Amino acid sequence: MIKLLRIEIYKIFRRPRTYISFGIVLAIAFIIQLAMYSGGKDFMSFGMQGVTEQFDVQGNIINGYLVTYIILQSLLIHIPLLVALVAGDMLAGEANLGTLRLLLTKPVSRARLVLVKFVASVVYTLLLITWLAVTALLISLLIFGEGDMVNLKSDAFIVLLKDDIMWRYMAAFVFAALAMTTIAALAAMLSAFADNSIGPIMTTMGIVVVLTILTNLELPMFNVIKPYLFTTHMIGWKGFFDDPVPLKAIANSAVVLALYTVGFLGVTIAYFNKKDITS
Amino acid sequence: MEPIIQARNLTKTFKGFKAVDELSFSITPGDIYGFLGQNGAGKSTTMRMLLGLIFPDSGEILINGSRLSNSSRHLLSGIGASIERPDMYGYLSGWDNLRIFAALSGKPIPSSRLYEVLEIVGLRGREKDKVKAYSQGMKQRLGIAIALVHSPQLLILDEPTNGLDPQGIAEMRALVLSLSRDHNKTILISSHLLYEIEQVATRMLVIHRGRKVVEGLVRELLNPDETLVDIQVAQGEQLKDKLAASQWQTHVTAITHNTLTLKMNTAQVPELNRWLVQQGALVSAINSKHSLEAYFLSLTNDKAAPDRNI
Repeated sequence: MIKLLRIEIYKIFRRPRTYISFGIVLAIAFIIQLAMYSGGKDFMSFGMQGVTEQFDVQGNIINGYLVTYIILQSLLIHIPLLVALVAGDMLAGEANLGTLRLLLTKPVSRARLVLVKFVASVVYTLLLITWLAVTALLISLLIFGEGDMVNLKSDAFIVLLKDDIMWRYMAAFVFAALAMTTIAALAAMLSAFADNSIGPIMTTMGIVVVLTILTNLELPMFNVIKPYLFTTHMIGWKGFFDDPVPLKAIANSAVVLALYTVGFLGVTIAYFNKKDITS
Repeated sequence: MEPIIQARNLTKTFKGFKAVDELSFSITPGDIYGFLGQNGAGKSTTMRMLLGLIFPDSGEILINGSRLSNSSRHLLSGIGASIERPDMYGYLSGWDNLRIFAALSGKPIPSSRLYEVLEIVGLRGREKDKVKAYSQGMKQRLGIAIALVHSPQLLILDEPTNGLDPQGIAEMRALVLSLSRDHNKTILISSHLLYEIEQVATRMLVIHRGRKVVEGLVRELLNPDETLVDIQVAQGEQLKDKLAASQWQTHVTAITHNTLTLKMNTAQVPELNRWLVQQGALVSAINSKHSLEAYFLSLTNDKAAPDRNI
């Protein structure tokens, strides 16, 4: 199993396009950091208009923690695409390349092959999230320094003391990794149904976009289904920046995401076990 | 001797089209088993079923006496295969491709074995090149190296000469014969070209529209009396009457302006040539080949076959 996993990881990281994802994360983080560096004060003055009328806000408002939070919000829709690029290619890419039939002439069980490929996708996802943490958090802290973080919400604003933030980010990154693993499982499942990776990648993104819109629409008719949509729970990482942290809701979201992951993976194995390889 | 592979009543239907229909055969150790049929006859589908890539609707496959299923894929460790195009990871080197597929074979394979198979297929020295830079022939050879690397008992080669130039075809043929003779491999090889099968196979099965047409020893199935001889001759039509009145009358199958075609034993060709010269004919070329198409059509009784590459 370890040997197969090493092979899969080797294949992922020998493809130049794998590194495009890391480049995109770096580019987006850099652009936002640059924008905040040059026009951050105006941005924050506008955002905190209502707050400064009633409170006297002092100190380093535009600090590394705040900039990281803004980067994470911006990357919410991009990271799933980058994860889908690799996970959606998992089986369909091999089918398109013609190597799937060669792989499956070997005495390896199909279920094991799916699991190994999925774990390799998760390793890639974890590395991408770690890269995000490094580029967003560490570089922002280096450029903008530390400070208390102002979390502006639609109905409130929360001030988090600087000594109380780092653990929140670590927890948020772990939660984001879980959410992205769910996306990887979805893309992997769609990949099993296709013989070309474009389809699963686009479909994954389509599903994420549509369900995210449903999650954000404040219409009563959608409120019934919202708790069951994985996109509702993908933004659970934001809970770590509330005060107090809604641990129960975050745990609930984590369980839902884990169940979705297992479900997607189960469907993938069940379908792939019976699939005729005609590519 | 127990067969390595037994296919029993294999049937596979795709969207109402019966690709393979009640097909049974067996391959015994030492065979070079030719699998012959037109494009779309069901060869690749059958081979994919033998490798567990496609699941038969009915029938079963026994490998060394054990039934092949999803839970018995370990049986495939005794088989090496190259199915249709030799597709690999183009962005990796030949060595990396070989190493990857060797690792999937389920047993530890030392680097020395990798070098050995590269030597056998004639790719030693090119293993560090990326596969995307390989020619079609080199890819085919690497595909065979991958099939060979775990020392399987049986090799399944699906149309290994496809896309190769004449020299590549000759080299591939020599390689297949060498694998059988020098490395004791049992080989199942498919082709839509009877000539290719005739050159290498000891036994063969002809498949048409998914059904077995005939199976047996190649030397018994390909009757030497059924050789087609094409004679390039100036104004061939003028010989029509002379041929009709000669001993060759029953051998004539076609006469065109420049070509006479006769079905006969190859041993009679010099005698025919002498007769033609005596008749004053200007013979510019004589080509003999088995009446492959006629042979195949006589087996299939299907003169309207759309793709007659046989």
